[in-house]
Parts: sequence; structure tokens; C-alpha cells
Amino acid sequence: MTGEIERHEYDVVIIGAGGAGLRAAVECLAKKVRTALVCKSLLGKAHTVMAEGGVAAALGNVWPEDNWQVHFRDTMRGGKMLNNWRMAQLHAQEAPDRVLELEEWGALFDRTGDGRILQRDFGGHRYARLAHVGDRTGLELIRTMQQRAVSEGIDVYMECKIVRLTKDESGAVNGAVGFFRETGRFVAFSAKAVVLATGGIGKAWKFTSNSWESTADGQALALWAGADLIDMECVQFHPTGMVWPPSARGLLVTEGVRGDGGVLKNSDGRRFMFDYISPYFAKETADTIEEGDRWYDDKSFRRPPELLPRDEVARAINSEVKAGRGSPHGGVFLDIASRRSPEEIKRRLPSMYHQFKQLADVDISTDPMEVGPTCHYANGGVRVDADTARTTVAGLYAAGEVAGGLHGANRLGGNSLSDLLVFGRRAGLAAAEHALGTTGRPSLDEAAVAEVVSHAASFFNDDGGESPYVVHADLQETMQNLVGIVRTESELVEAGQRLGELTERAKKVSVSGARVFNPGWHLALDLESMLSCAKCTMLGALERRESRGGQTREDFPKADPELEKVNMVTRLSGDEVTVTPEAKPVMPDELAKLFEEAK
Amino acid sequence: MMPIDTEPGTGGQPLPAEHKEPPSSRVPAEIVMKLWRGDAGGGEFVEYRLPAEEGEVVLDVVHRIQAHDAPDLAVRWNCKAGKCGSCSAEINGRPRLMCMTRMSTLPPGEPITISPMRGFPIMRDLVTDVSYNFEVAKQIPALRPGPKPPEGYRMAQIDIDRGQEFRKCIECFLCQNVCHVIRDHEEHKAHYAGPRFFVRLAELEMHPLDTLDRRAYIRERMGIGLCNITKCCTEVCPEDIHITDNAIIPLKERVVDAAFDPIAWLGRKIRRRPSPMSASEVAALGAAARSEASGGG
Repeated sequence: MTGEIERHEYDVVIIGAGGAGLRAAVECLAKKVRTALVCKSLLGKAHTVMAEGGVAAALGNVWPEDNWQVHFRDTMRGGKMLNNWRMAQLHAQEAPDRVLELEEWGALFDRTGDGRILQRDFGGHRYARLAHVGDRTGLELIRTMQQRAVSEGIDVYMECKIVRLTKDESGAVNGAVGFFRETGRFVAFSAKAVVLATGGIGKAWKFTSNSWESTADGQALALWAGADLIDMECVQFHPTGMVWPPSARGLLVTEGVRGDGGVLKNSDGRRFMFDYISPYFAKETADTIEEGDRWYDDKSFRRPPELLPRDEVARAINSEVKAGRGSPHGGVFLDIASRRSPEEIKRRLPSMYHQFKQLADVDISTDPMEVGPTCHYANGGVRVDADTARTTVAGLYAAGEVAGGLHGANRLGGNSLSDLLVFGRRAGLAAAEHALGTTGRPSLDEAAVAEVVSHAASFFNDDGGESPYVVHADLQETMQNLVGIVRTESELVEAGQRLGELTERAKKVSVSGARVFNPGWHLALDLESMLSCAKCTMLGALERRESRGGQTREDFPKADPELEKVNMVTRLSGDEVTVTPEAKPVMPDELAKLFEEAK
Repeated sequence: MMPIDTEPGTGGQPLPAEHKEPPSSRVPAEIVMKLWRGDAGGGEFVEYRLPAEEGEVVLDVVHRIQAHDAPDLAVRWNCKAGKCGSCSAEINGRPRLMCMTRMSTLPPGEPITISPMRGFPIMRDLVTDVSYNFEVAKQIPALRPGPKPPEGYRMAQIDIDRGQEFRKCIECFLCQNVCHVIRDHEEHKAHYAGPRFFVRLAELEMHPLDTLDRRAYIRERMGIGLCNITKCCTEVCPEDIHITDNAIIPLKERVVDAAFDPIAWLGRKIRRRPSPMSASEVAALGAAARSEASGGG
């Protein structure tokens, strides 16, 4: 029934063709190792295309005062110090070179008057730091690297879903088994190293900025292969998603709107962010409208609170709406129309202009937008070694959103695109070197391959099970309502119970039709990974009894200094997911000093 | 119900006038949507009826049909925000993105037909085989920047404005879908790049850092001469790229200049020292194209 299994052998197999996967591929090609790039959609469609505002890199083109130390510090403070210090250091140090090399491959960033790369302001960044192309920077990155990889002769396997990784007798990852969505044909890749670059987990929530692909595939593949995940509870809710029309709810509104001068107002017309300046950021945040407005042109003033990190702004909007001061459709107002000229708005934010005009019939150059928080990003993820992106399982690497550590409890805007570049390259390099140092050919455990295939095919049955769409909708309701922006123990316990029930239901769903491009079947398999990772998030949220970044506990509203020192590690123990607090790497003194000096 | 091959194409024909009413709450209570269902062997339009909901786009309705009535309905989509170019289809015969077509802009009370892009082989339902585009992409000679000055490259905004327009392309392939050179002449696909890749080639040719001379290649291997500038591609571009005026016509001029007036062409590439593609480079790109059938995705 399952047909012949297509076979391929490579040195490195990269799963995911967003920014991180493409950058890893480019690096592997440079190392001349046989490389396959496997992606769930067509090439060039990955979620990276939706990144809007820019890529953070301390180029110092607009503010020469900027440097990697400042970027490092901003990143750590934005992440509420839960970040892996070494990742944050490498990221801040290497991002400028990674951006500049894109230019040599054809990227056309917006320019300064003297012909260098222009940089824009974003939340949590001390200086204007985001290299950008209007508000479609992600598209520029993905297209640049896609074109580079294609011109270097990359082998791409499109519309291919990986169901499980395979391992050899020593426990090292040596391949991946999946199927082509277009044809339903099964495929097994053998490889000396596998790089996970599969992105996020957002589709487990109801209101999300994520595309259908963000179903936690890589996190789950790693978990099932025995790797550790960290801090999965730190989910980023982006403060500004569209709230109307209902079908567009959750769609991202770039932070660039605020970076370029947009402000948040409640139904009383008040710039309410001034009421939500936490003591943690009080020293660097303007407390009057006059000072905040002067900051855009003079960085000796303090930053307006609309540009606090995302977790702070999302919580503030949530509180305003709960207090009855929201907009007609349950958000707040984001107003740039009264602050910048229509021409400037259309030039700086063309895709936002287009998106609101087309989908909501709102002209953002004359009227305010209605916005509210939307599930956006997994700050946590697969536990990796900072320098090599190696996971806790031999032969397996992870980079980009699927990996955890760099962003700590909350990611700053613009740091995801730089993350992709810096750690995509490092993962590709380490995987290629691992492959070059590995003798012999990987040989797959045929029984394991057959088991994966038969499991995947098992959803086609006449058992009269539920539709996977129904189980998915219930999962999204559960996560939205019980594991959302603000959490509490009783709700998390209830979520745990419901996730258990949903897992049982997901095992019994039935799929009709044939294997050729059958979205119901794809969803049945995506549900497995979403449910596994939803459990990790729930367990981490339960165990981390504090509020920090993307983890907000109503019953523990303050940060606990002891918990700053630990990652919440989730892993498989038998068939069960367990959570364990484990000490995270300690920052060396010379870097710790950067934070004292700043005080 | 009617088979797809009787569906009139729009390539070269005036596109149906778009319903210009402003979006409103006048959407009727029930939607009647006729979706093409089938595969390469044939198929038919299947009618679905469902209640209307506020503010929906066509893709939302398709998703609701998928979730309730047809879980195996094949449709490509990713971002649902007009940024990835996955959900291209022909809506009432008009090539568009399903995610950016609001229901309230379609004629109220009338059935809506959704068919797959006609210019590509059908795989299943609304999903077509667009691999032709990815094969052409392999044949595009990459950017070849000149030596990097010690202080790094500098480019003036004014010199990259046009390139940035071209790089807005989301590769929805609607322009390829309506281009008659290939829509009605499958045989041309072997030696014709199509509008999307003329945009890409124009971008490279106008790139301030580029030093490669692709003119002979564009004329001889990319088939620029076959385009007869009917502007169908420009009309369907969801990113409003002026494909014909800003990319294809200047590209045609350059190629002609190269053949008949090398001095005029050199004048445009001033400050650069273009080097022609070597025979081995051309052969390598051809080999990439021919390896298409042998797999490798």
C-alpha cells in the first residue's frame, strides 16, 4: 500500500528552507559537501518571507556609537538575562559580516545618503540598528540566499514533510524519513549530519502570525530523537497583530511602524504605554511624551515606551483591553497617520499600507490601525552548543527559530533575521565538518524506516475517526485560552489534562482520499509535532514559577532571581515528556561588566 | 459542472472588469463556490455552499470548505498576507492571489469559480506543477560583483530603486501563467525564461555591482525576442511591478544594442567592466537545466 520508498544519500541533509536552512546550505556548498535541502513548501515560500522590519546588526552606519557590545547588552536585557551568553555574543559580533556578505550575493538594502546600508529603530535596541528593505526584509533575505544556493547547485527537495529522524546503533542521527506532499511518495534520506531549520510552533495557537508550516516539526523531531529542548514556555506574543477582519486576525503588523514613529493609544486617545514602564527599563525609557518624541532624532534622550521590548508591550495592550479601554474590535489603536506624512508612510511601510488597504479597507496613512497581541515566535527551542549549533544528540544540529538560547525569555525585533544568518552559517559549517570527519556511509535501520512509513500511512483508515481539522481547532482553543499571554497554575494543569485527551484523539483521526497532495493527511502528521511541543510549553510554564519575558504567571507576577540561572529542560523519558530545571552557562566577568557599567 | 479544458483562458483577452464596489457588509448570507477538483487525468467543478462570514478573503472560504466538507482538497498557501505568492489561482477566470481577494470585491450573489492556474500542468485540485519556474531559475547567471573596495561597497538609493522594484517579486508565477508565449505554446518552455525571469535578469543587468555580460545569453538562451509585449504579465502582478515597461522593454533594448550598437550599450554600463560569460559557464547552466528530469528536486 505504501509503494516503493525513494532513497537519497548525502553528507548533510538540511530540513527547512527558510533563512537558517538556506544559510546553512550556502555554507555546506562552500565546504563542498553533498548537501540536500528539504522543505515542506515550495522553495522561497518559507515563513522568513513574512519578516518585515529588518535584520539587526551593529554596522554603525547611522549611529557610529553602536557596536557589538551594545547589541549584546540590548539582546541580553531584552531576553531578561535568560539568554545563552555565548550565543548572544557570537550573534552580536558576527551579524554585521553576515549582512554585508548578502550584498555581495545581490541583496539591495535601503541606503543612507552616503550609499551605505540604512538602519532603522526598533524596540529594545539602543541605536537604529536594523538593516532593511522597506518592510519586506525577510523576502530580500530569503530570495538572496535562495538565489545564491541555486546558483551554487543545491539539491532541493520541495514539498517534502519529514516524519521522523533515524539513528544508528551508537545513537547518532543518520537520516530522515518522510514523504513528498505533491505525490504522497515516501522518501528516506541517509546523511552523516542533519540540520534542523524548521522554524516555529505558532500554529498550535488560534491567533498567530505564523503560516501553516509552523507546526513545531523540528522541535518534535529533535525531542523524539532524544534531544533536549529548553525554555519552551517562553513564547513570544507580538504586540501588534491585526484584530480585524476576523479572518486576518493575528496577521503581523511590523514593529517598524513604531520604530518609524507610530504610537499606541487606547479608546480614550491616551498613549497608555507611559503607564506601563517597568522598573527594569525605567532608566532608559522616556517618561514624558516630549522626551520620547525627541529620541527619534537625538539619541541622548530616552526611548519612548512604545519601543519597549515586545513582551512588555504585549502585556500592556492585554491589560488595556481587559480594562475596557480597547478599540471596537478588541485591540488598541496604532497610529502613525497623525505622526508622519502619507508619502513617508507609503514609502517606509509599503506592505503594511497594502495589507491594511486590501484586507481591512483601512488607509494607514490617514487612519489608525487596530492591533492586538498575536502568537509570534518560539524563544525557546532545541538546546544547542553556542559555537557549533550541535544539539545534545550526535549528528544533529539546529539553527534559527527551532533552536533555543539566543533570545532568552524574549526576542528583540530584528534579532531573528540576524540569528538565521549567524547560526545558519555556524550550523552548516559544523555539520559539514562533522560529515567530512565521518568515514563510511550511513546505513539506515530498515525496520525503523518501515515503521515510520507504516505509521504515516496508518491514518488512511475506515475507522470513522475524527477529522484532524477538528482536533487541531480544539488544540488551538486550548493553547489560546489556557497557555496564552498570561498564565496561572490551575489553567496550566487543565491544559495538561486537555493535551492528554487531544493526544489520544489525534492518534485516532481518520483521513480520506488518496496520498497525492492531501492536506488532511498532512495535518494529521503535523498534529503529532504540535501536540508534543505544546506539552513542553505547558510543562515549562508550570515549572517556571515566575514572570520573565514570554512567560507571564498571574500567580507569580515577579521575576525570581534564582530562576534566571536555569533553563527549563524538556525531554522524553520513555514515552513521557519531563521537565527539569538545569543550570545555564554562566557569563564570564568581562562580559558581565558590560551590565554594571550600564547601570 | 464543466471540465476544465472548456474554461476560457484569459491570456491575451481583456480581463473581466473587477467589481469596484467598496468592501461592505452587503455580502449575501450564503456563498456558492465552485472549485475545480480533479487531477491530470481530468476533473470537474464541484459546488460548495456555506454561510458567509464577515471580512473574508477567498482563501478563507476555501479553508472552511477544506475543514468541513473536503479535508483532502489540495491547495497551496503559506502566509495568507500576500507576501509568499503560494495561493495563485484563477478566480472567476481572473488570475489572482486567493489570500488577497476579498469576498466583498466579487459580484455579490453570484457563484464564484476557482480553478487552478491554466498555464501549468495540474497535479491535483488547485495545485499545479510549477517546476518549470524552478528549472529556469537554475539557468540564471548569478550576480558577479566587482572587487570590493576596502571601505566596502557603496550604492546610491537612486541607483537601486528600480532593482528594489524588481525584488518585490513574490514568485507567485501569475505572470508566467498568463504569458502567451508559454500558456498556449508548451514547446517554448525549453528556451524561454518568461516574465518572472526577465524581471530577474533585468535586475541583475541593472545591479550597480554587477560586472557580467549576459546579453548574448538573454537573447539566445532566454528567448527575450519571443515576448511581444502584450502586458498581460504586468496586469496580473500582485506586487504592481511594471514588468513590461521597466524590465522587459529595457532588456530588449539592451540586447538589441548589444547586437547592433555596442557603443550605446557600453555607455549604459559605464563605470563597470563587463566580462562576457565563458562557454563553460553557459554549458554549466544548460546542464543544470537538463538535469531536471533526473530528479534532485
